[in-house]
Amino acid sequence: MPKDETNEVVLKVEEIYKNYKGKEVLKGISFEVRKGEVKVIIGPSGTGKSTLLRCLNLLTVPDKGRVYLEGEEITHAKKNIHQFRQKIGMVFQDFNLFDHLTALGNVEIGLTRVKKMEREKAREKAQEELRRVGLEEQANLYPAQLSGGQKQRVSIARTLAMDPKVILFDEPTSALDPELIGEVLEVIKNLALQGMTMVLVTHEMGFARSVANEIIFMEEGKILESGPPAQLFSNPKYERTRQFLHKITELYGE
Amino acid sequence: MNELYSFIRDIVLPPLLEGTLVTLQLIVLSIPLGFILGILIAVGRVYGNKIISFFCTIYVLFFRGTPLLVQLFILYYGLPSVGIFFSPFVAAVLGFILCSSAYHSEYIRGAIQSIKSGQMMAAEALGMSRNQAILYVILPQALRRAIPGCSNEIIYLVKYSSLAFMVTCVELTGAGKIIASRYFEYTLVFAVVGAIYLLMVSVITKVLNTLEKKLEIPGIG
Repeated sequence: MPKDETNEVVLKVEEIYKNYKGKEVLKGISFEVRKGEVKVIIGPSGTGKSTLLRCLNLLTVPDKGRVYLEGEEITHAKKNIHQFRQKIGMVFQDFNLFDHLTALGNVEIGLTRVKKMEREKAREKAQEELRRVGLEEQANLYPAQLSGGQKQRVSIARTLAMDPKVILFDEPTSALDPELIGEVLEVIKNLALQGMTMVLVTHEMGFARSVANEIIFMEEGKILESGPPAQLFSNPKYERTRQFLHKITELYGE
Repeated sequence: MNELYSFIRDIVLPPLLEGTLVTLQLIVLSIPLGFILGILIAVGRVYGNKIISFFCTIYVLFFRGTPLLVQLFILYYGLPSVGIFFSPFVAAVLGFILCSSAYHSEYIRGAIQSIKSGQMMAAEALGMSRNQAILYVILPQALRRAIPGCSNEIIYLVKYSSLAFMVTCVELTGAGKIIASRYFEYTLVFAVVGAIYLLMVSVITKVLNTLEKKLEIPGIG
């Protein structure tokens, strides 16, 4: 997918630092995401990728640095943070569907409770989003009655329903059985084709290669290097990147 | 045999039924209010700031850590010395609400803490405020999980409502005591009293079980 440099910046991240119990997890991360762009963050586990994602919607408050959504600073937003979070979707590794609600209820709740949409309108929209991820038939099932892949698709629908400006994916397929990974990647790929702006943390290299406009390689709380997938895979600047890509491709396949 | 039957029907039952009515009033007020206060205490303890959480902890410590009878005595006999007067009935209801809320809150707190942190995270990521997340995501799950424990407390409450008599509120046990000493028929009278409690508890158990079934959701409980 071609990256259009003229597109507006949706998410801008400036010099994010985060300490956990004296350990520096993030050491000055900066990048920006333009409209319709797909950024994939890769790197060894324990590198702070998930922490970084959570800093972007302030589920984790960074110690230093700024995050802007469409030019507005959201760090230090304090009370308004809920309004910003509506516009930043997040998909979790372990789905975090609301266990007491049906698939439909999960997609609906943000619309009725957060966006204060009328119940009927919300229901319609929720059904539409479930259709979008291919789960209209499962609308009335509870999370415990869904497979892992279905759960993750519902959680994507839940996020989509809010009409987010950008969606953050935190290893969306890592908790799935291998045979269920495909259906989730398929949904995400379709979103990319429809022009959704996304930031993904994933170990699925083949997938990353096919959807990413840019891959960011993180190690020890820093961005070691970043670039278009073709460049990173065939001609990385650092030996460390090559090693990692080699290893992970071997482990997870293309 | 006939004599015994008419003794029970004409002499024993009327005052006992009056007492039962008082007991029912006591518990109909105390059960829901105690439960609601219990929810507030539990939420305050888990999600409140340091001051609120500390206050709720002390509250639970006090009301679980002292005998209910002592609490009732303070409410009824103690508070008048600082100018607060309650009728026996009000003192009893207040005591039951305060005490049962402390127990409820512990069942509910345990249930809240058993909910995975991802639920709160997902709710906040969706744009809910903390209060919305508690109200729409955490409590609907936690309260379902707390039902068995809270049922236990509610059944306890039916029985410890008999302590109301100690602050001169004549409920079922009190009525039984009065009629038993008048006719010196302790065994008979308290057998009937016990049967009435058993009946009340059976009905409430049935109601609570039905409620639990009705609220059941796959994967929660």
